Amino acid sequence: MSIKGKAFIAGIYEHPGRHLPDRTLPQIHADVGLGALADAGLSTPDVDAYYSAGDAPGFGVLSMIDYLGLECRYLNDTETGGSSYLLHAQHAATAIAAGHIDVALITLAGKPLTGGAGPGGSGRVGAAPEAPFEGQWGMSVPGGYALAAQRHMHEFGTTSEQLAEIKVAASTHAQHNPRALLQDVVTVEEVIESPMISDPLHRLDCCVITDGGGAMVIVSEAVANSLERHSIPILGTGTYVKSSQSGRIDLTHTGAVKSGPLAFTEAGITPSDIDYVSIYDSFTITVLITLEDLGFCERGDGGRFVSDGNLQAPHGALPFNTDGGGLCNNHPANRGGMTKVIEAVRQLRGEANTPVQVGDCELALAHGTGGSLATRSASSTMIMGRSL
Amino acid sequence: MRLPARAAQSNSENAPFFEGATAGRLILPQCSICDFVIWFPREICPECGSQKVSWFEASGRGTIYSCTTTRRIPGSWGKVTPFVLAYVELEEGPRVMTNIVECDPESVSIGDSVEAVFEEALNRDGEPGPPLLRFRPTQG
Ligand SMILES: [Zn+2]
Repeated sequence: MSIKGKAFIAGIYEHPGRHLPDRTLPQIHADVGLGALADAGLSTPDVDAYYSAGDAPGFGVLSMIDYLGLECRYLNDTETGGSSYLLHAQHAATAIAAGHIDVALITLAGKPLTGGAGPGGSGRVGAAPEAPFEGQWGMSVPGGYALAAQRHMHEFGTTSEQLAEIKVAASTHAQHNPRALLQDVVTVEEVIESPMISDPLHRLDCCVITDGGGAMVIVSEAVANSLERHSIPILGTGTYVKSSQSGRIDLTHTGAVKSGPLAFTEAGITPSDIDYVSIYDSFTITVLITLEDLGFCERGDGGRFVSDGNLQAPHGALPFNTDGGGLCNNHPANRGGMTKVIEAVRQLRGEANTPVQVGDCELALAHGTGGSLATRSASSTMIMGRSL
Repeated sequence: MRLPARAAQSNSENAPFFEGATAGRLILPQCSICDFVIWFPREICPECGSQKVSWFEASGRGTIYSCTTTRRIPGSWGKVTPFVLAYVELEEGPRVMTNIVECDPESVSIGDSVEAVFEEALNRDGEPGPPLLRFRPTQG
């Protein structure tokens, strides 16, 4: 059974805040959940399924279902880091296609700047079987991705200047987003001259850290047809976990090599059909490798691809992250998957910021990467259309 | 500068590795069914699913598969920058996350030959725990 055309994104909401000292974590979940429902023209009694990840405080999602006053017969708090919300969207679409539910609410919230429970199920991390072999070496999050970048540079000749081009494109888009945390356009030189964090990643190769959140509402065709707002059909999805490969890890690719083809096959299209992409951008290297893995360029050719202006909206061959992405706009709760879907939906609705709205945007792809490229990660890809 | 050395917490499944480290020996698990050399240490073969695992002494030699010199990091590691985080590919196959020590952090490169060193480590109570498996450039 395919989910193609069975489930629709009816509502989206990105929290306008980037620094929220006076909102509790449950309040932020509620802010974004109610916002996405209102965007769809729905309200909490319509919801019959709820999804969140390790960022939902309390006893899995039970606490949040109770707090929000939902009546749910489907729930899921699978934790794959920043890709969790794309995975949840896939699972919601599957449940809708099977006829089990009609209205799924997915929320993300976090306060990495101003306290609150850290997402990621951190209490469980110490019990992980790999912990005694990975926790002793001073691997920061940028340090882990730096290992991937170094190997990619070694094998393919990728350069720091090429990685910087990704940040430049994101900043060029972010100047048009009045809510972006960073709205100044930067140059390749400014990226290279920003402080080195872990070779070869500079500070400006890293995403921002923000409080906030986001939410989406996914509905059945019957519900979509009852709403005033045009809903966005989900055409294809794919998920793949790239493990540490039995201790023979290849740092130059991600699980997108499999999640991408799964989604493209289900949608019945190819990478060249895509008009807009939201690519997970925890770091510049994450974008470059993912573009190769999804088949937008040849393996090893990502550096050249991102340097040719392809990513620049609205006229590049493959406009990306037109909200400024995690690199400039927002990376709420240290997780970028939700905002990736939100900006793709804006593009398909024609509601992106005017200077970066892609003309005739009919097919969009959103991709999430959770965990660490240095160890184990989960990739989820979702393809959406303006219409069926 | 000496890097932070917090001892790992071993358990019954990975104890042979840490008992080896305490004796200054690199002891790895190997699948008794398909001969796969397993990393990270555990009593299941991720290649064939067997729980029949034996342990053997590895050479301690390898080459750097990837490395990064970290220059900014919060906490205790921030006091020892720059330091080298790396994956070392052992002669026996596994790629092992580690630090490269006894080196100039500015001159460590992918492909360099390295050898194992076991560095003293303390557990949370300040008591000696299993030493840490780090690597240094191959001597001579
Ligand atoms: Zn085996």
